[in-house]
Amino acid sequence: MKATEIQDLIKFVSKSGVSEVNLETKDVKLTIKNDAVKRKKTGPIEPQILQMPVPQVVQQPVSAAPIAVPAPVAAAPAPVVPEPVPASNSSNAEPASEPAEDTSKYVEIKSPMIGTFYRRPSPDKPNFVEVGTEVKKGDVICIIEAMKLFNEIEAEITGKVVKTPVDDSTPVEYDQPLFVIDPS
Amino acid sequence: MFKKILIANRGEIALRVIRTCKEMGIKTVAVYSTADKDSLHVRFADEAICIGPAPSNESYLDIPRIISAAEITNADAVHPGYGFLSENSKFSRICTENGIKFIGATPEQIDGMGNKAQAKSTMEAAGVPCVPGSKGLVKTTAEAKKIAKKIGYPVMIKASAGGGGKGMRFIPSEDELEELMDSAKRESAACFGNDDMYMEKFIEEPRHIEIQIIGDQTGNACHLSERDCSTQRRHQKLVEEVPSPFMTKKLRDEMGQAAIKAAKAVKYEGAGTVEFLVDKHRKFYFMEMNTRIQVEHCVTEEVVGFDLIREQIKVAAGYKISGKNYTPQLHAIECRINAEDPMNGFRPSPGKINELHTPGGHGIRLDTHVYSGYAIPPNYDSMIAKLISVAQTRDEAIAKMKRALDEFIIEGIKTTIPFHIKLMENETFINGGVTTKFLEEVEFDYSDMK
Repeated sequence: MKATEIQDLIKFVSKSGVSEVNLETKDVKLTIKNDAVKRKKTGPIEPQILQMPVPQVVQQPVSAAPIAVPAPVAAAPAPVVPEPVPASNSSNAEPASEPAEDTSKYVEIKSPMIGTFYRRPSPDKPNFVEVGTEVKKGDVICIIEAMKLFNEIEAEITGKVVKTPVDDSTPVEYDQPLFVIDPS
Repeated sequence: MFKKILIANRGEIALRVIRTCKEMGIKTVAVYSTADKDSLHVRFADEAICIGPAPSNESYLDIPRIISAAEITNADAVHPGYGFLSENSKFSRICTENGIKFIGATPEQIDGMGNKAQAKSTMEAAGVPCVPGSKGLVKTTAEAKKIAKKIGYPVMIKASAGGGGKGMRFIPSEDELEELMDSAKRESAACFGNDDMYMEKFIEEPRHIEIQIIGDQTGNACHLSERDCSTQRRHQKLVEEVPSPFMTKKLRDEMGQAAIKAAKAVKYEGAGTVEFLVDKHRKFYFMEMNTRIQVEHCVTEEVVGFDLIREQIKVAAGYKISGKNYTPQLHAIECRINAEDPMNGFRPSPGKINELHTPGGHGIRLDTHVYSGYAIPPNYDSMIAKLISVAQTRDEAIAKMKRALDEFIIEGIKTTIPFHIKLMENETFINGGVTTKFLEEVEFDYSDMK
């Protein structure tokens, strides 16, 4: 199964309102769960992708909440993995169409706290980072406000921002992915 | 009335609160650690916020995280359940400072009653009978010996900051006092960060009988009769029932009035429980006051016909109580089902429940957060269900409980269901003769069950 076919399937699941899809072919077994349908959450809606362990495919568990997913590494060269569907808070989860690339080394910056997420230091200033921004470890990438205190969140690694799944002024919870970084 | 309540707890009590809120048309917010993301309370709530990793001190006990969760969801009240932050005066204060109503006692009431030595002084001043003992803390061994001589051995040395049976020792005579007191102090320092001790006369053949009270914001208080919680193992309650088989109408009136005195002495707000020890002569002594809803509140609900969580929420929203006292109209028994192996010293048994069949029928209530396929996390307490039976008489309630326990199938983990089945067949229990010493002296034979 090609990565683009898997991406199409993910787009379908997130748009359709279906809560779970199981698919089995000769070489791939796939389970896609859309958690947004099962329970309401504050914060962005993201379908979770769980892959069954199958040879020739490397797993990349990417989710909005931690899930225990077995992740055996296959003996295949150049593994291809479907990307998580980036979602925005205000509209339907519209997946970005992206070329198949090696996303297994991407690192998620997860929220260490609960509060309101801001992408910019103040409403009149530009965002700290955008997709494509090169960040160094220790750079401030966002602010999370809780109990009237503004906490600057720093990048834990050096790399390039490839995804910004959370909108400005949105509530976030513990462990919620805030940015996806491609470490250089 | 509140529009949205955040439940700062987990497991069965979180579910319990969410259910009543739903009935009252109040929106609910669940908070959960990463270990609890598959928990029922998370699914039943209108909104759920992950507040941290599995360890309690980074999630359910972490005040800033809980306040932040209330902030981003615009909750106007917090229900703390039992355990965790329910008797944490700092949390009660911080909620108020952040414009969130804490559904529980005020910081002053929590501090006053949480300090066991101080609570006794307050009760004595209010005319509530207390166990004879030290006036406040006992600082030195010499002082302890002097007091013990005056009140008469045997005595108990207890941690002032204590709870859950920790930091207390039975002292049979003066020879053993110094060593046992040191041991109690070390345990108290380790568990509570404080080794302040007080002393009490040891009560013979004690029964643990507590009175449920409710106080409103205008200083009015009422009682909803007793619960007998004498079936305990290592000071942890296993079975509760109402009416107490040891109770008389006269004793209930006296204890009820003493409990109301206790509540009014501190202008208590909310649901609370005044615990007494009752000796074989039916003399009762104040032991402590719990400024929260208790695990065993269900048996009271079943015999007076009121939803106590609903009453808590109403009182917190400013409603006044009628002032009427309530007596039991039926007989109810609760068995706490824990994920522990009674055939192996009650060893904890976390794991996945792969088969669950719950009991039903007339007079059976089950409060539980577990379901078939649920994995019990090892990070929290081992109670997985509360099974309650209600009937016209005690004998019928026992028969219903035994019948329901026989129907209750939980596979994949060990539970205390076999223990409770044996207890329902035990002659001492059936005759109403259980005191807090009962389980120290009896060992059940499970050989016909293996």
